[in-house]
Amino acid sequence: MIYDLVIIGAGPAGCSAGIYAGRARLKVVVIEQLSPGGQLLSYSRVENYPGFPEGIDAFELSDRFAKHMDLFGAERISATVESIENHREKIKKVITSVGSIETKAIIIASGAVPKKLDIPGEKEFIGKGVSYCAVCDGPFFRDQDVAVVGGGDSALEEALYLTRFASRVFLVHRRDQFRAAQILQDRVASNDKITRIMNTTLSKIRGGSGGVETISLYNKLRHETLELPVKGVFIFVGLEPNISFLPKDVKLDSNGFIITDERMQTSVEGIFAAGDVRSKLLRQIVTAVSDGAMAAFSAQQYLELLA
Amino acid sequence: MAGKNIVEITDKNFEQEVSKSELPVLVDFWAAWCGPCRAIAPVIDELANEYAGKIKIGKCNVDENPITPSRYGIRAIPTLIFFKNGSVVEQITGAVAKSQIAAVIDRIIA
Repeated sequence: MIYDLVIIGAGPAGCSAGIYAGRARLKVVVIEQLSPGGQLLSYSRVENYPGFPEGIDAFELSDRFAKHMDLFGAERISATVESIENHREKIKKVITSVGSIETKAIIIASGAVPKKLDIPGEKEFIGKGVSYCAVCDGPFFRDQDVAVVGGGDSALEEALYLTRFASRVFLVHRRDQFRAAQILQDRVASNDKITRIMNTTLSKIRGGSGGVETISLYNKLRHETLELPVKGVFIFVGLEPNISFLPKDVKLDSNGFIITDERMQTSVEGIFAAGDVRSKLLRQIVTAVSDGAMAAFSAQQYLELLA
Repeated sequence: MAGKNIVEITDKNFEQEVSKSELPVLVDFWAAWCGPCRAIAPVIDELANEYAGKIKIGKCNVDENPITPSRYGIRAIPTLIFFKNGSVVEQITGAVAKSQIAAVIDRIIA
């Protein structure tokens, strides 16, 4: 059997593509290695997705995306994509952990994962104080001091979330200003539990068998080093695309994200990309679902020309 | 819902189900509010079915069972701890692909 379309990933972009492809009556399969939702599952509440003025629970939104996609007949399989073969031919092959799938078009919506700082102690203490998910791990730091590293929306949102549990949250950012939305900056400024540490980088994480004990900070303006005792370090310094399965000749930007044209097509005909894995200005649920719809529509047009 | 091959691990039955288990045991420490725990739940179910009789797979809810997670220094979930003869032999933190978990199981039961 040859599919019209394989969608890799069932986060917001993949689900949206699945809805549009299903409604176009394409023979489509969505491959996801975990539950649908993607990075959405690492958040608690979403308050900037249009249509939900009171905010919506991130789990509920994930479930709704998946249910909406199922409604229009997109097939779903649970597998890990290992590689793509014959990617420049009309019939492409997606190699997965449960076998290979033949398809005419592919949408890559495999998302991204939090970037690591690559500093001493980081890898060693993952799960022992170093975390990339405040919602998952915050409750383990009740009445303890923690640090959050980063200056974007995620870092500030997670710092605010952590004040529910931690006694003090040190928000460490390498620049003199945050990049996050002003509303988040205002909330951080008015939260007594958050101490902002600007112009400062994290250089080392130290600890013992009980987990993280101190972090080494370096202030770039004053050329000072500071040892800060914390039990937890939450790192939100950007994203890294999930592209291990991608053929080497698909064009990427300098950060490794997939370059597309405005139709979401990659440098290879018939292969499209949508959501956080794509090279783009703003990585949000609302832009992911937009990419997904456009990628599905473009895939449909591509298939019509192919026929 | 957890599959039929999943054993619920509690502070009370840990000794019996894990420490004294003849089979190697994989314990998935999780909580209802943890999205990545939810994300790997179907994978854990599948592994429990595929490896039935070779490794025991259990889930321990960290909200309902405070003693066991703190004994193993759990500060992040999901955390998967692999036990053999009652001792920790491997640990995985975070939602990872099924193949990555299967590779550890294969190594342990080999």
